[in-house]
Amino acid sequence: MSNEIKSKRRDFLFTATYTIGAVGVGAAIWPLVDQMNPDSSVKALSTTEVDVSSVEPGKTITVLWRGKPIFIRRRTKSEIDEAAAVNLKDLKDPEKDSDRAKNPEWLVMVGVCTHLGCVPLGDRGDYKAWFCPCHGSHYDTSGRIRKGPAPTNLEIPKYEFVDNKTIKIG
Amino acid sequence: MSEDKYVPESKLAQWFDSRLPLLTLSHHLRGYPTPKNLNYWWTFGGILTFFLIVQIVTGIILAMHYVAHVDLAFNSIEHIMRNVNYGWLIRYVHANGSSMFFLAVYIHIFRGLYYGSHKPPREMIWITGLIIYLLMMATAFMGYTLPWGQMSFWAATVVSNLFGAIPLIGENITAWLWGGYSLDNPTLNRFYSLHYLFPFLIFALVILHIWALHVPGNNNPIGIDVKKNSKETMSFHPYMVMKDLLAMLVFILIFFGFVFYAPNFLGHPDNYIPANPLVTPEHIVPEWYLLPFYAILRAIPSKLGGVIFMFASIFILILLPWLDSSKVRSAAFRPLYKKFYWVLVAMVILLGYLGAKPPEGIYVILARIATTYYFIHFLIILPVLGRYEKTDPLPTSIFDPVLDEPNIVDKFKKTAGEYEGEKVDTFK
Amino acid sequence: MKEKKLIRLNNLLLKIFFIAFMTAISNSSYSDEGKIELIKNDWSFKGIIGTFDRNSLQRGYRVYQEVCSGCHSIQHLSYRNLSEKGGPEFTLDEAKAIAEQFEITDGPNDEGEMFTRSRRLSDKFASPFPNVQAATIANGGAYPPDMSVLVKARKGGADYIYSLLLGYEEPPAGYELDEGIYYNKYMPGQKIMMSKPLFEGSVEYSDGTQATEEQLAKDVTTFLVWAAEPHLEASHKMGFKVFLYLIILLTLVYLSKQKVWSRPDLKEDSNQKEETFDKVERAATEYEGEDPKTFR
Repeated sequence: MSNEIKSKRRDFLFTATYTIGAVGVGAAIWPLVDQMNPDSSVKALSTTEVDVSSVEPGKTITVLWRGKPIFIRRRTKSEIDEAAAVNLKDLKDPEKDSDRAKNPEWLVMVGVCTHLGCVPLGDRGDYKAWFCPCHGSHYDTSGRIRKGPAPTNLEIPKYEFVDNKTIKIG
Repeated sequence: MSEDKYVPESKLAQWFDSRLPLLTLSHHLRGYPTPKNLNYWWTFGGILTFFLIVQIVTGIILAMHYVAHVDLAFNSIEHIMRNVNYGWLIRYVHANGSSMFFLAVYIHIFRGLYYGSHKPPREMIWITGLIIYLLMMATAFMGYTLPWGQMSFWAATVVSNLFGAIPLIGENITAWLWGGYSLDNPTLNRFYSLHYLFPFLIFALVILHIWALHVPGNNNPIGIDVKKNSKETMSFHPYMVMKDLLAMLVFILIFFGFVFYAPNFLGHPDNYIPANPLVTPEHIVPEWYLLPFYAILRAIPSKLGGVIFMFASIFILILLPWLDSSKVRSAAFRPLYKKFYWVLVAMVILLGYLGAKPPEGIYVILARIATTYYFIHFLIILPVLGRYEKTDPLPTSIFDPVLDEPNIVDKFKKTAGEYEGEKVDTFK
Repeated sequence: MKEKKLIRLNNLLLKIFFIAFMTAISNSSYSDEGKIELIKNDWSFKGIIGTFDRNSLQRGYRVYQEVCSGCHSIQHLSYRNLSEKGGPEFTLDEAKAIAEQFEITDGPNDEGEMFTRSRRLSDKFASPFPNVQAATIANGGAYPPDMSVLVKARKGGADYIYSLLLGYEEPPAGYELDEGIYYNKYMPGQKIMMSKPLFEGSVEYSDGTQATEEQLAKDVTTFLVWAAEPHLEASHKMGFKVFLYLIILLTLVYLSKQKVWSRPDLKEDSNQKEETFDKVERAATEYEGEDPKTFR
């Protein structure tokens, strides 16, 4: 009887040693993995301010934010109307234009195709808006996916108008 | 490796093992017979393997963030220290890991010297070990250049200028090493590349080193041959594994003491000043583990002579198995060798101390004395000792009762003394 | 007798070594005579779980800003570091406000022009001079060293910096000093090109701390220690945990090792089997203190 208990205690000792040892190895591995994550200097570069006072209606400027292109388009009246008139049921990824552009005149999007990360071309494609040359995704004047392999609409970054002519992205 | 043929149990394992005998290898490693009387000085092989792996892993990580360019190297190190997640930890582990690596390797080498592990039939273990040690020094030296601080720059300048001492082609060799007329960007880049390569060569040599060890088996503190697969040995796993692990943890405790609480204690403050080719620091000193050789270099009053003696001090060790002619391995049975051994240890420590001092006045004289002894020890004392030393009687087994009672050894000695003139070996 | 000669040789060598070592040691104390003991301070960041004094760091930043930054850069610090954990821990807004006091040349913009803007949290500390040469010429030929890792780049570390700041005094009688060179007893060689930087009240502390010379020196030294080792607190914290862990693991491994070694190796050759069996029994009895027959 007591023999069993003793042998159990011995097993417990080995199990505890292995377990504690494994926990330590696991904890030691974390820094080796985490060092590949974005470092603090990269994370600190998360905001960019853009002066948009010189952008004419119907023109797009592209700025770099976190290493990615950001499209800032001052839309014309017809583009806004066209985007607003779309029936949500026709959309692959239904989203209202008013949700995508708080100020309908300005459309701010991450210029990276949601398919495999190419940069779409402006004023092209079936909707005279954005067209990705890599695998043929067509986006409308609100940057929503309409045709082609891309699964979702072009991403809207976090941004705000600091004043009438400055947009802060991030 | 006189074990029985190993056959795995399952059919699948048999299929696999007959094509790639990894299971046989694992079986061999686990069951590898080790002498029962190994003491804790024998745990440093495991500790060294651990540090080699730590250095390679942290080194690969540092290489992901480091920039090998004279204008950016110093800043990229600061970037690692400040911005990279856990970068400070990884760099301090790497920097202090090299010191611990050398500390362990010196203990390992001096253990071998004390117990005669370099003697037949283990010469190849000794020689592969020395090549590993040479590669370690080259790797450490080039690694120390990478932060591109003042000490990096000037230590590398001084060491690469050593090759300039070679007659006729010296100048060409230094220019070839540098890839220019002074230590500059091309040098930094090639040092970086080789610093990355050498640890893998070391790794390969470690495999040879262990292979060479597994042919004759371990030496032991008594220094006599043990019968494999007898009660004199026990299997490597779990006995030696547990013992190695215990020793390793104690060593790691010391290591982390440095990493977390004195990370720059073993380094030199000047290496936190960016390299400046126009200003030489007041005292150029290499890292502590190279100091004895640095002292030998400066002890010789000629440039070429210093270089020759410095390299000779290392290469002489390769001849050691043939210079040390005594038939008895362990210093435990060599009363005179034991004394000279400690003189050697003391002299090497003295050389290390002098290497850190300015090369002037009394320090130079002392360094010359110690250097002279170093060479006399290997070239004269050891060969002479082998012929004239009266060794104590060797036990027939590592369990010989002789070993349990030191008094018996004394009694033996006394008797031996009375029989002066007779060969003690016949006492067996 | 050859052997006797060898013993005598060994004794002689040991004597030589002993004399050599003693000479070396006594010699080194002789050559260090010129050095003066640094002022030792009771730093809060020393020790196993030492941390920075937040207020001291914040005051230290003010001292750096108002006194040192005219000549010395800290090019590896960013303004965001001021609000990061383990540092002075200014609030984000305070750090932003500090950054905005300084300008930086950015660009080129869309017209290809460089422009100046106020600094952001992600920007590095503003340097007083554009490059080392400019700093050197503006300071009479002595480059005021960058302070990013100054504490780690000087023997004596924090104590040295603290002592140096308080080490200005009148040179001994007959000691000649050139124009623009000052006497500081802690500077190697005692000659320094930096004039005495700290005076009582040099900086007005907003938290009511008396701005004595010692206080100013202490605060700015603390700040520089942090600047050189911004992860010092994280290191101490982690070190403490690692030590606790290792001690636990060490105990467990020690106990396991003892248990493993108390079991004899069963893998022995056949003609010793009998003996082995006896040993197993004996060990089992000793170890368990029980009837060996029930073992296994």
